[in-house]
Amino acid sequence: MKILVVDDEADVKSLFLQRFRKEIKNGEIDFDFALSGEEALNYLNDHYSEVVLILSDINMPGMSGIELLSKIRQAYSVPPPMVMMVTAYGDEENRSQAISNGANDFLTKPLDFALLKDKLKHLYF
Amino acid sequence: MINMTNQKSKLLEETFNSFFDISTNVSKDIELLDQIVADNVMGYGTAIDEKIVSLVDFKEMIKRQGVQSQGFDIDWKRTPILRRLSLDGNVAIRSDDITLVINTQGEIMKKLLRFSLILEFQNAAWKVIHWHSSKPEEVSTATDTFGIEEWREKTLLLEKMVADRTAELNKQKEELEHVLEDLRTTQNQLIQSEKMASLGELTAGIAHEIQNPLNFINNFSDVSRELIEEIEAQTAKKQEERDEELLSEILSDIKQNLEKINHHGKRADAIVKGMLQHSRTHSGKKEPTNINILADEYLRLAYHGLRAKDKSFNAALIVDFEENLPHANVIPQDIGRVFLNLFTNAFYATNQKQRENHAHKPIIWLITRHIGDTIEITVKDNGIGIPNNIKDKILQPFFTTKPTGEGTGLGLSLSYDIIVKGHGGNIAIDSVPGEFSAFTIRLLLDK
Repeated sequence: MKILVVDDEADVKSLFLQRFRKEIKNGEIDFDFALSGEEALNYLNDHYSEVVLILSDINMPGMSGIELLSKIRQAYSVPPPMVMMVTAYGDEENRSQAISNGANDFLTKPLDFALLKDKLKHLYF
Repeated sequence: MINMTNQKSKLLEETFNSFFDISTNVSKDIELLDQIVADNVMGYGTAIDEKIVSLVDFKEMIKRQGVQSQGFDIDWKRTPILRRLSLDGNVAIRSDDITLVINTQGEIMKKLLRFSLILEFQNAAWKVIHWHSSKPEEVSTATDTFGIEEWREKTLLLEKMVADRTAELNKQKEELEHVLEDLRTTQNQLIQSEKMASLGELTAGIAHEIQNPLNFINNFSDVSRELIEEIEAQTAKKQEERDEELLSEILSDIKQNLEKINHHGKRADAIVKGMLQHSRTHSGKKEPTNINILADEYLRLAYHGLRAKDKSFNAALIVDFEENLPHANVIPQDIGRVFLNLFTNAFYATNQKQRENHAHKPIIWLITRHIGDTIEITVKDNGIGIPNNIKDKILQPFFTTKPTGEGTGLGLSLSYDIIVKGHGGNIAIDSVPGEFSAFTIRLLLDK
């Protein structure tokens, strides 16, 4: 399962690679990373069919996560990839905005990796 | 003239002149009076009951006058009223109107006197046998022949009035100084409240900016603990069963994580320090500062500050930095406040435009340039722009276009003070209403 993580913080990559060390080693999950919405869209142009899940931060300079989400929903309908939104502002307004733009799920920072893994497990099976 | 030889007439003129000069203290030759004044001279002076009945008294009077008029620059002007001679030519009467002009330190005062003389020709000389002088004005003292004493009193009164007025002015001056001091205090308080207001704008941004490094610190330390548990699991195994490759990989990760924890700790530390500096009342010292880093930091704080308040807001931040920008000698927290103010305004302007037109994509440019001995920092936005009629007002204190309660109206005026007065630089404003606004700060580099 390929997951694209979109976040403007570069250290997110290192964190995910360590948090999912075993899953990566076992070949259960494969990660790719983009530092902005624009980069994510470019990546999707080439790798759309591989990506099962997109995990995107909302609060990024330039294209926001919500914008990225709505662009993905417009451009890639068959089969629609799963998109989970992540934000530091875990309020209802943010959540409903994400959901109304077509997000499959909504997570708040700091990321609870145990919860994320659990969600992924249910996706997987 | 009857029975008057030219010589006698000339002598009368000389006697009269001498008497007048001595009486007015123009001449100090008092002893000459013996020759031109009769011993039993009788006269009336200008002071109350001033009556002279002998030459001796007369001399005393002249001496007293001399003392009174000392130090005064007095000019006498005579206007003849009467010139009369007795039929036998031995008695002469002279009346004159006299104007005393007293000049004291450029101030001119005039006094009028009337002066009459009777002279008698005795033993081939003219002698004053009677004189009478009077003042057409009111006489108030017994000895003040020329009214000098009275004038002196008036002068004293005047001086007292001047002194009173001066004291009053001094009091007013002190009151004004007090008021000015109050105004300065108020101004400082306003500046401080503007700082606190902008700190309020920053708070959400700061919270967000601190939250991110804190998340990393928590996550990386948590991951590292798990990694150490893995190491423990490996080391519990027999030597030959250990995965040495994994061990060294884990150790390398832990080392890297500790570096990341340290990095993000420092990041949070710098944000808190910046916040403390921002709220400080007294400005700090000038220090060589990397303007690129400072501007970038405040751009992020301003952006996240606004985002925290208005989650629907999003802007493209286009940063175009001069590489290897020389350090500028500035007070970082002051210049930081200017940046914060310019960014906040830029976001506000683009946000306003987005409200008018939902399709509008806010863009903020932050550009630095090194031109000769100057650093140029431009903050540009594609917001609502600045209407032409307020362009010259936006730097004025308390001018704001924001709704009541949203802006102090001090942001730009304080920015102007910081750049122009505090750092000897300048701020240029360029704008096309409805299109863009650009604020360009120029700071001179130290040679």
